[in-house]
This record gives sequence, structure tokens and C-alpha cells, in this order.
Amino acid sequence: MLSNFDFSVIPVSLPFIWEGLLYSFKLTITAMCGGIILGTLLALARLSGGPVLSRFAAAYVDTLRSIPLLMVILWFFFLIPLVTGKPMGAENSALITFTLFEAAFYSEIMRAGIQSIPKGQVNAGYAVGMTYWQTMGNVVLPQAFRNMLPVLLTQTIILFQDTSLVYAIGAKDLLKAAENTGKNYNRPVEMYVFSALIYFIICFSLSMLVKRLQKRIAIIR
Amino acid sequence: MNYQWNWSFFLDTAMSSDETYLDWLISGLGWTVAIAISAWIIALVLGSIIGTLRTAPNKLLATLANAWVETFRNVPILVQLFLWFFVFPELLPRELSLWVKQDMPAKEFFTATIALGLFTSARVAEQVRAGIQSLPRGQRNAGLALGFTQAQTYRFVVLPMAFRIIIPPLTSEFMNAFKNSAVAFAIGVMDLTFVSRQIVEESGHVIESLLAATLLYFLCAFLANRIMVFIERRVRVPGFIIAK
Repeated sequence: MLSNFDFSVIPVSLPFIWEGLLYSFKLTITAMCGGIILGTLLALARLSGGPVLSRFAAAYVDTLRSIPLLMVILWFFFLIPLVTGKPMGAENSALITFTLFEAAFYSEIMRAGIQSIPKGQVNAGYAVGMTYWQTMGNVVLPQAFRNMLPVLLTQTIILFQDTSLVYAIGAKDLLKAAENTGKNYNRPVEMYVFSALIYFIICFSLSMLVKRLQKRIAIIR
Repeated sequence: MNYQWNWSFFLDTAMSSDETYLDWLISGLGWTVAIAISAWIIALVLGSIIGTLRTAPNKLLATLANAWVETFRNVPILVQLFLWFFVFPELLPRELSLWVKQDMPAKEFFTATIALGLFTSARVAEQVRAGIQSLPRGQRNAGLALGFTQAQTYRFVVLPMAFRIIIPPLTSEFMNAFKNSAVAFAIGVMDLTFVSRQIVEESGHVIESLLAATLLYFLCAFLANRIMVFIERRVRVPGFIIAK
């Protein structure tokens, strides 16, 4: 029962947990930045690329969206050494995997954002003599990005939760750090609870933030 | 890249047992489907109740239901799975705790199903609430004006429309149930992810093993999608936007 719990392990575990949490953050932020850039390019390719490019983008997005992230993590973990000939650490493998995987999800969000911009704005851009990239970069994308900011952030919260899946290849994230300390100090139960609390506090506060942001954006529009 | 393709190895007998690798894949698929579908049933039942409560006039019930959704939505599924597997038995009375830890049959399967079911229930509840709130206020008032009780209004007026509206997001949640079931490998359920890793380690045929498992996941998600589309067509109400 609860009286058997001994939470004195938590202060001892903090340095390890912090290190794990830093890796989780690094993975989240890398995949978010890389994923949004790559996802935007995929969305543009899907909407205005030629027949080959748009079909490739659609196939890329639809494939990655219909298989479990865990399988994708395993694919990259086993495939990268086969292609490059030398093993790559679980941590770096996860950075590449998450960036490429999340690009598919961010791409769908950006596509919705771009499609929500009235066509007249694109035509207005062309009419004043802007090129495709100028119209996109100066007129369409800034608005699309702004409108989709809450959704992009919600996807990032999901991404942060999904980083716990690197467990499968043994990368040392928050969950793995909690598990290892739990094993070393023979207090696994307390450490699982502690890690769950950290995930909850971070995700819950971020989602509250997104809610407030959503209200502000809704008023301005 | 120098890769020796070989698809026939699936018919070889696995080193650590007297079954073939193909048998492993099929039983892995079986566990994946079993977990996903049982978890989906739990999620649908609980999610409908909790989502409905969130819109109910009773403030206390609505708050409790909201707390349920926030709790299950803000902790990663893998961490939830570990909480159910390692932490939950410790909270039970001694006798029951010992039984769960030592004698409970198919313990991993039930734990994974419950964890995934509750995780998904929070997402279903969110969709159900959105569906109910998307209905014009007049529908509920009309029900009450006709002399229906609050419960009857939900049963005969609000919910039948709300559920039809949310079939598309529920479809993706059903597909997510299959994808999320992959975490079950972490507590030792021999699902598709588990066996594909096992086959890679034993046979060394990386690409074929992962490709087979990936295609089977693909097939599951595709069938889940078709089933929901079929249901969507069957329950369509003529005259509404949702009916084409």
C-alpha cells in the first residue's frame, strides 16, 4: 500500500532526471523546428508542386501517418547502420526519426493553414509582381503560420509525449532516466510515478497556454 | 548498400521455438488486433459516458469528467502503461496485489488493454463533447419542451445526432488504437512490434521483418477505416450536411 512508498529517492534522482529531461526537450525542439520546416515544404509541394512532386509528398505524408511511430523508430534504428555501414547511437537515430516523422503531421497542419488563406491574396501577390516564393514567404505563410499556431503547439505537446517511445531503442530520455534510477536505488514504483508527474505538469501547463493563445487569436481575427 | 533479400526465411523454424517466423507474425497480429479492439470497446463506452457528463448541467460531474480527460491526455501512453503494470498492483490490498503480480492469467494483455482503453477514452470523450456542443441549442430545448427528461433528451435527441457528426474523428481514433497498441511490447505482450523485433534479432533479416510488420499494421488501419466508413454510410440521416 501507499505507506510502503518511499519518496526519499526523488531528491537523489534529480540530476539523472534532469539529464533525461534535457534530452527529451532537445528531441522535441529539434523535431519541432525540423518538422515544421520540412512539413511546410511538403505542404507546398503537395499544393503547388508538379504532378510528380505533389504525389511524392502525398505518399510520404499518408504512409508515415498510417504506421505506428514505434515501427518508424525501429526502421531507422536498424536501417541507418545498414545504409551508412556504421552504427549510429540511439539518441542521434531518434533525432532523425522524429524530425522526418513529425514533418508528416506538421505538413497536414500547414496545408490546412495555407488552404485557409483566400485565393485573392495569392493573386494579389502575383499582381504586384512578386514571384512564387515571395508570395508564399511574405504573404501566405506568415498568415497560415499564425492561424495554425495553436494547432502546431498542440501537435508539439503530442510530440513531447511521443518522445517517451525512444524507450524502444534505449535512448536515455526522461522515462529511461527515471527507470534506470528506479532500478539502481530499488525504487522503480516511486520513479515511474515521479516521471508521470513531470510529464503531466509540463503537458498540462502547455495545453493551458495553448487554450489562452487560442482565445487571444480568436479575438484579434 | 549490399542487402541480401530473402523472403522465404519466414517459413524457417525459429531458433528459440518449434514454430516458424510466419507463425510468430500471425500470432503477433492476433495480439495486436485483440488489444486494439478490446481497448476500443472500453474507450467507446467510457468515452461516451464521460464526454456526455462533460456537457451535463451538474457542475460536479462535469468537473470530474474534465479532470478524467486532462489526466489521461497529458501523460504519455507508455508511461500510463507502466503505471498500470508496475504501480497499480502496489496500491491494491495485499492479497489482491499478490494475485495480480503472480497468478493473474494473461496479465500483460489485460494491463495493456485497460491502459490503452482508458487513454483512448479521454480522446473519445473529447470528441463526444465537441459533437454535443456543435448541435444547435434549440435541439436540446425542443426535447425538454416536449416533456422529455434530461436523460431522455440525451438518449433520443442529442446523442444520436452528436454521434453521427463525430464519426470521422472517431474513425481516426479507431485507427490510432491500432497504432498506439504497439506500446504493449514494452510490458512483454508478444504483439506485432514485439515479434518483429524478435525476428530481426533471431534471423538478421531486418528489412523483410520490419516490412512485414509495417504492412500488417497498414492493413489493420485500412480495415479499421473501411469499417467506420461503412458504419458512417449506414447511419446517415437524409437531409443533413453529413448526408451526401
